[in-house]
Amino acid sequence: MKIRLSSPRPLSPDRRGKGECFIPGLTSARRADAYARVREGGLRAVVAAISIAFLLPLLLSRPSHAQQQPPSSSRTVVIASKPFGESYLLAEMFAQVLEARGIRVDRRMGLGATEIAFGALRTGAIDVYPEYTGTGLTAILHEEPRGDAGAVFGRVSREFEARWGVHWLPPLGFENTYAIAVRKETARRYRLKTLSDLARASPQLTAGLTPDFIGRPDGLPGLTKAYGLRPRAVRSLVQAVKYRALAEGAVDVVDGYSTDGMLAKYDLAVLEDDRGFFPPYQAAAMVGPRLWREQPRAVAELARLSGRLDVATMRQLNRRLEVDGEPVGKVAADALREMGLLRGDSAPRASAGRAVADDGSFAGYVWARRGELMRNVMRHLLLVLVSLLAAVAVAVPAGVALERARPTAAEAAIRGAGVLQTIPSIALLAFMIPLLGIGVAPALVALWLYSLYPIIRNTYSGVRDAGPEAVQAARALGMSPGQVLRHVRLPLAAPLIMAGIRTAAVITVGTATLAAFIGAGGLGDPIVAGLALTDTRMILSGAIPAALLALLVDALLGLCERRVTPGGLR
Amino acid sequence: MADDPTPGVLAARGVSKRYGQSVALDGVSLEVRAGECVALVGESGSGKTTLLRCFNRMTEIDSGSVRVDGADVSTADPVELRRRVGYVPQEGGLLPHWTVLRNVALVPWLRKDAEAPRRAAEALEWVGLDPGRFGARWPRELSGGQRQRVAIARALAASPRIVLLDEPFGALDAITRAELQTSFDALRRRLGITAVFVTHDLHEAALLADRIAVLRHGRIEQVASTDALTSSPATDYVRDLLARSRMVAA
Repeated sequence: MKIRLSSPRPLSPDRRGKGECFIPGLTSARRADAYARVREGGLRAVVAAISIAFLLPLLLSRPSHAQQQPPSSSRTVVIASKPFGESYLLAEMFAQVLEARGIRVDRRMGLGATEIAFGALRTGAIDVYPEYTGTGLTAILHEEPRGDAGAVFGRVSREFEARWGVHWLPPLGFENTYAIAVRKETARRYRLKTLSDLARASPQLTAGLTPDFIGRPDGLPGLTKAYGLRPRAVRSLVQAVKYRALAEGAVDVVDGYSTDGMLAKYDLAVLEDDRGFFPPYQAAAMVGPRLWREQPRAVAELARLSGRLDVATMRQLNRRLEVDGEPVGKVAADALREMGLLRGDSAPRASAGRAVADDGSFAGYVWARRGELMRNVMRHLLLVLVSLLAAVAVAVPAGVALERARPTAAEAAIRGAGVLQTIPSIALLAFMIPLLGIGVAPALVALWLYSLYPIIRNTYSGVRDAGPEAVQAARALGMSPGQVLRHVRLPLAAPLIMAGIRTAAVITVGTATLAAFIGAGGLGDPIVAGLALTDTRMILSGAIPAALLALLVDALLGLCERRVTPGGLR
Repeated sequence: MADDPTPGVLAARGVSKRYGQSVALDGVSLEVRAGECVALVGESGSGKTTLLRCFNRMTEIDSGSVRVDGADVSTADPVELRRRVGYVPQEGGLLPHWTVLRNVALVPWLRKDAEAPRRAAEALEWVGLDPGRFGARWPRELSGGQRQRVAIARALAASPRIVLLDEPFGALDAITRAELQTSFDALRRRLGITAVFVTHDLHEAALLADRIAVLRHGRIEQVASTDALTSSPATDYVRDLLARSRMVAA
């Protein structure tokens, strides 16, 4: 079975609306109160540790995504995808079509979700990404799905251009909509061709549906209303086990996506939506205002793909990508060659896909990608260190200052920092796109915001509760308030402050994987790509280093914590 | 140091202090003459610690006046005042992250005294601790009696003329306490220090103090020498206190 690290459907277009995404390590951040490890001690080493950390980024290699803007005449076209396999594949095809014509391309694969990808497109942070008309209508325009495919395409083209100057190129030729599938044998036995047929036979059948589909109005509830579907039982199954459960006969009906590679793999019968219940989800390249204005040639090249991909082709390509585990670059190149859009000799450039040959072992896989892995690790460290240092620079003084404030005011301020933790990361990232675009800057700001709470909480508690007898004695013997803070409270609080920094650091190492959703790179890149392409090795090649990095950071800061503990308290 | 009639080195006049609804001090007056040792005796909550801490302005009083060396403390810089007045807190209050020598050198160091380490070493010797043996230790490495000695040394290191002590021997076992009482008494007399100390032990007060002030509910019941107190207790409360302590007049 494939390993899934997150909610069950990375394979298909994101139609789920806001905030639903894979957010590694974030939930643990919400219990930051629990970290208080009450030991007390000296401040100098905190400062020392922080200074060392400041120097580290200087030693880091050049970030892999660092972009200098070339002269506008030959400006690099920024191509993005959303974090699922088909989106990667289409984006890769866009990229190769342009590259084959000598147009430079920058790939920002796996952007978090519709909000982030579209936000990036609208604000010019990216130039093009593949989107689905139904998603544009429901998730971006927030309109009820109605009308046929042509009407929906017309609606989104007009509205997007009018509102944002964003252009939908003519559809690629296939729809990726919901698909209800049964085993071929079931279809034969009950003579099922359409969803109306299924409704008739449904009392004899058990449905295995994703929890998402069971809940959405355009899922099971709507389907029940439109067709009078009454399955004998409905079982909630995650994506990862759904097809296997169907193949083994545990359930008879599943929900899927019309271009899903699994439909091809398990040789399933897809039932026709004869009443047109599911909204049309035509795939198309969506082009941002700047590319449209400044590089009509690139737009024209992209338009060559319009109408060239049918459902059967897409299903086969997705199968090669997701089931057979072929590299996305190769699948894209083969498809383009087939369409005559790529000459036979032009080799695809390495990309987010599995381009390198390997001996099948995980170690071999990782070794073959060691350069990329190191770049990801370095980028990850950069994100963690910079955001953490900025958080320390703000949260420690703030925690100290709050000790002087009224306790109720201080608690309110700290709770405010705590509330930041509860903002879904995708929502936060999406919110920042208009201000900071995509890439490293918004990721740093998000990570910074998420690290504030544990540090400010521990600093405040540590300084407030530091050795009450010692503080009283120091005051009574003539230390000024500043001296009490500097010579008594801070040294005694230092281990607790350091513990807060350590907590924040470990959380940040985990949370930094979400930077991949906004094109900032790091170890989240292989995780997001691996999830999208159902490639366990790729996921692990990001997840294992991230876990090791968390352990390493924890151990290093543990040493710092010991060092800042004053001798008299060790 | 002056001739009669002089105000005391320490003088509280009509001092009142409330904490919320509860009255800690209710019009208390007390004078302490130079070189004198006065014990503040009373039950928990009688106001004795609050009164003690008026003299280094750790207690901000509501009304009345407190003078130290003739100067009103309400107009004095509290930090400067505290560096002039020695203080021994309950349970020592040593800074746990500082060595013994650094703890003892605290006040001279605060006063920017270049000879702070030498003064600290000297003060350690006064209280019977070898600076070479104990100076580099951490407070947690000391016994309770040693910690209390260090706290006394710390109060004396800057050679203050006035020392305030808050139940300085309260947490010690009987033998250690007796030892420390004796050595403190000798040291105080040798250095000619004016001292006020808080205790709930009338025997300790009788042993160390020239005069005893008995406090109850934030008021002073009686201030007198041990002999005067035992021979003519001013109130029933004082009489009871003496009886309970088996210190009835001979």
